[in-house]
Amino acid sequence: MAKNMTINLRIWRQKSPESPGKLVDYTVSNASEHMSFLELLDVLNEQLIASEDDPVEFDSDCREGICGSCGLMVAGIAHGPQQRTAVCQLHMRSFKDGDTITVEPFRARAFPIVRDLVVDRSAFDRIITAHGYVSVKTGSAPDANAIPISKDAAEEAMDFAACIGCGACVAACPNGSASLFTAAKIAHLALLPQGQVEASRRVVAMVDQMEAEGFGDCSNYAECEAVCPKGISVSGIASMRRAYMKGAFSK
Amino acid sequence: MSDEVASSMSEVSHSPRLDAKVPAGRLQEKWDAYKDAVSLVSPANKRSHNILVVGSGLAGASAAATLAGLGYNVKCFCIQDSARRAHSIAAQGGINAAKNYPNDGDTVWRLFYDTIKGGDYRSREANVYRLAQVSSNIIDQAVAQGVPFAREYGGVLANRSFGGAQVSRTFYARGQTGQQLLLGAYQALSHQIAAGRVTMLPRREMLDLVVAKDRARGIITRDLVTGELERHAGDAVLLCTGGYGNAYYLSTNAKNSNVTAAWRCYKRGAFFANPCYTQIHPTCIPVSGDYQSKLTLMSESLRNDGRVWVPKDPKDTRAPEAIPEDARDYYLERRYPSFGNLVPRDVASRAAKKECDAGRGVGETRLAVYLDFDAAIRRLGASSIQDRYGNLFEMYERITGDDPYRTPMRIYPAVHYTMGGLWVDYELQSTIPGLFVLGEANFSDHGANRLGASALMQGLADGYFVVPYTLGAYVAGIRQSEGISESHEAFAAAEEEAGARIDQMLNNKGDKSPTQFHRELGQLLWNHVGMARDRAGLEEAIPAIESLRDEFWERIHVPGSADRFNKNLEFAGRVADFIELGSLMAQDALRREESCGGHFREEYQTSEGEAVRNDEVFADVAAWEHTDRRPVLHLEKLSFENVHPSTRSYK
Ligand SMILES: Cc1cc2nc3c(=O)[nH]c(=O)nc-3n(C[C@H](O)[C@H](O)[C@H](O)COP(=O)(O)OP(=O)(O)OC[C@H]3O[C@@H](n4cnc5c(N)ncnc54)[C@H](O)[C@@H]3O)c2cc1C
Ligand code: SF4
Ligand code: FES
Repeated sequence: MAKNMTINLRIWRQKSPESPGKLVDYTVSNASEHMSFLELLDVLNEQLIASEDDPVEFDSDCREGICGSCGLMVAGIAHGPQQRTAVCQLHMRSFKDGDTITVEPFRARAFPIVRDLVVDRSAFDRIITAHGYVSVKTGSAPDANAIPISKDAAEEAMDFAACIGCGACVAACPNGSASLFTAAKIAHLALLPQGQVEASRRVVAMVDQMEAEGFGDCSNYAECEAVCPKGISVSGIASMRRAYMKGAFSK
Repeated sequence: MSDEVASSMSEVSHSPRLDAKVPAGRLQEKWDAYKDAVSLVSPANKRSHNILVVGSGLAGASAAATLAGLGYNVKCFCIQDSARRAHSIAAQGGINAAKNYPNDGDTVWRLFYDTIKGGDYRSREANVYRLAQVSSNIIDQAVAQGVPFAREYGGVLANRSFGGAQVSRTFYARGQTGQQLLLGAYQALSHQIAAGRVTMLPRREMLDLVVAKDRARGIITRDLVTGELERHAGDAVLLCTGGYGNAYYLSTNAKNSNVTAAWRCYKRGAFFANPCYTQIHPTCIPVSGDYQSKLTLMSESLRNDGRVWVPKDPKDTRAPEAIPEDARDYYLERRYPSFGNLVPRDVASRAAKKECDAGRGVGETRLAVYLDFDAAIRRLGASSIQDRYGNLFEMYERITGDDPYRTPMRIYPAVHYTMGGLWVDYELQSTIPGLFVLGEANFSDHGANRLGASALMQGLADGYFVVPYTLGAYVAGIRQSEGISESHEAFAAAEEEAGARIDQMLNNKGDKSPTQFHRELGQLLWNHVGMARDRAGLEEAIPAIESLRDEFWERIHVPGSADRFNKNLEFAGRVADFIELGSLMAQDALRREESCGGHFREEYQTSEGEAVRNDEVFADVAAWEHTDRRPVLHLEKLSFENVHPSTRSYK
């Protein structure tokens, strides 16, 4: 049979962006090792509703590590202790009976808190809107095989395109930088001929937007890569910087 | 109740309310003929039209980006905090297109034929043919956007084969095809946001459709952060809100997937077609406990090398490795010697249920069967198995804690996709003029069963290549908004109703949470309107669901208030709508006295357990109209002029 566990939680509660928040203690005494971490929070919330308390708000959707909705600091680590795993795929067997786990939102200057563990990551959308795309209208595309692309380039582009936009990289960075996220999109598109046409404008627009949103600079801590659930490589950041210098200079 | 269904049935042969507006002419020429004849809207005029796109999945994002590119003013809405997180992101396997790059004999006709046959001859020929026709353009568009599809060493696009086809026509980006296609569409959408032609409104939930003077005029939304109710007027509403698989509580759908937007439209007069057609996927990770919040799909490709079995003796509780060959029942290989483990989704799912119902299920819950790679590992070596399925094995281990290289996987079927949805004509317009429905939310192209890799194709076909033409036909024919603005009484009334519903849920202060109700509904639907249905079970389910609905309004307990972020309030509203839908699903399943595709009625099977379709009586689309009493049935008779309905056999 699955092991029954008692888990103590210290969860950040905050009613609104302006109001002060605090850590509040809870206990779930019927946790199972097979539960995901978010299911543990579900169980806690059902407990809170039954006792007329306010459930803990958090974002999640796919619960299979691909939509990027979830994102929590679990025991001080973005997405928790299991590497390359979004918190929705973290399971309780990573913890021990009787553990006390602190749960906090992804914190960063550019991610204001909405409520409890929910943050506003719309700055990421605005970085993409700045130029995280290829300017092609529907219907104007040539045949898909018109431009050959080497398998290696396609695979490498895919490595960067795998980013789920969760924001863990920002939360883990001492500077609150969005460099890994931004570089991932720039690298994905720059590796493909379709994206190269606008590469220089793209990098300048996106990096400028990143700064305008209040994200910090990159000081090469590489904490971002360590917590990224998709294993996005920091190598993209150096290329982004070089391309930015070139692009900004020629502007 | 069934008498009333029966009586409404006898009235209708082909309902005049359901004019599919299929263009005349040869199947192959209909879409071109339509495009030749359709009225165009001048660029200046497009700018003066406001289009509301609800949903930012493949269907919504592609439609919003394309319409904005054409010059319309677009507002796009989604529930998640970003358009990029729509449920389409989770699609794994791939997208079909009749490119015939492998030169293995694929044609538009074959893709059309496979799709209509896969749907068990319950879809409209003209729509499916058009889908196959535009499929190639989707791949061109995606590549131009920078979608990193898999490639061959020579630099051309790679293809793989998928269930229900004899050619390789599936394009893919690792196991993340939906993610990459959605990011392509999201980036195209972002381009139009940057150009100022799309206003994106995330964290918004559509709570009602506003209808005035018999046309769709706009929507009511709730801002999910502030709780404020908002009015949005538009010249047309495009509903791209996805499927309703979460009616079953446990499904492979994302937590926020819901039927609310479609259900509100149904209640305003849009007909709901074929609600009983749901697809169950055979290879999902089984339920591990009652805290389970969703189910995870394991790619169907695993059945290429995995062997499905259960112990012959229900009392055999040894570890799987300790059970000798002669004590195992490889039931798919035994029952279907020629297809074996590769029988289609519905056949494999029902067979697993049958074993578990007979007490031979495995694992703690006894609701699972083994999928065993031992023979394949011994034959091919662990490293080639790793090449093929490495990431899937990892995912399985992450979730279950078991290593499939050493011990068989445990799998069980789960609800995955819904073929039913709002009824639409050839132009993707519902029975309410001005309301268009795209993607999984409509009933259109998959009949009673959807083939793998066809949903992504359909969502993008609808959004990129179909609705931009058909919406033009509608817009060209309307006079400017007819003075119906957000201050019109229809908006005020709809907003008030939405607000009253929220207040009722919050003020009820009962003793059961939204999740408790949702689980109970899920159980009812899974047991009686799930993989196999029969009259007795359906007749039991309908009153049970209806009393659950009454109980909901008596006992619901929603914490918190309306003027803030409140997930449980969102869930409560969605559960209330799922309960009402559940009853319609059961009524539709009861009426359809045949087995076809995802709808299997125990009474209609051969002695060997194969589905028996009844083309004489049921070659139709069942479209339900909401009334204050019972839903009224309207039928669209399907005629097959180009293909001949045949019976499937996998023996
Ligand atoms: C695990 C999984 C794997 C799959 N794999 C494949 C595959 O390999 N190939 C394939 O072809 N198909 C696959 N499918 C099916 C396919 O992914 C879906 O059918 C398709 O993506 C649906 O797209 P859509 O645009 O219609 O809806 P969705 O992507 O579900 O988008 C719905 C949108 O509507 C919004 N919305 C919903 N309700 C409201 C509301 N009330 N108010 C405002 N906004 C609302 C949501 O926020 C979202 O933006 C898979 C499905 C699953 C679950
Ligand atoms: S780079 Fe990694 S951590 Fe950052 S948003 Fe993308 S997936 Fe998340
Ligand atoms: S909920 Fe989608 S990535 Fe975690």
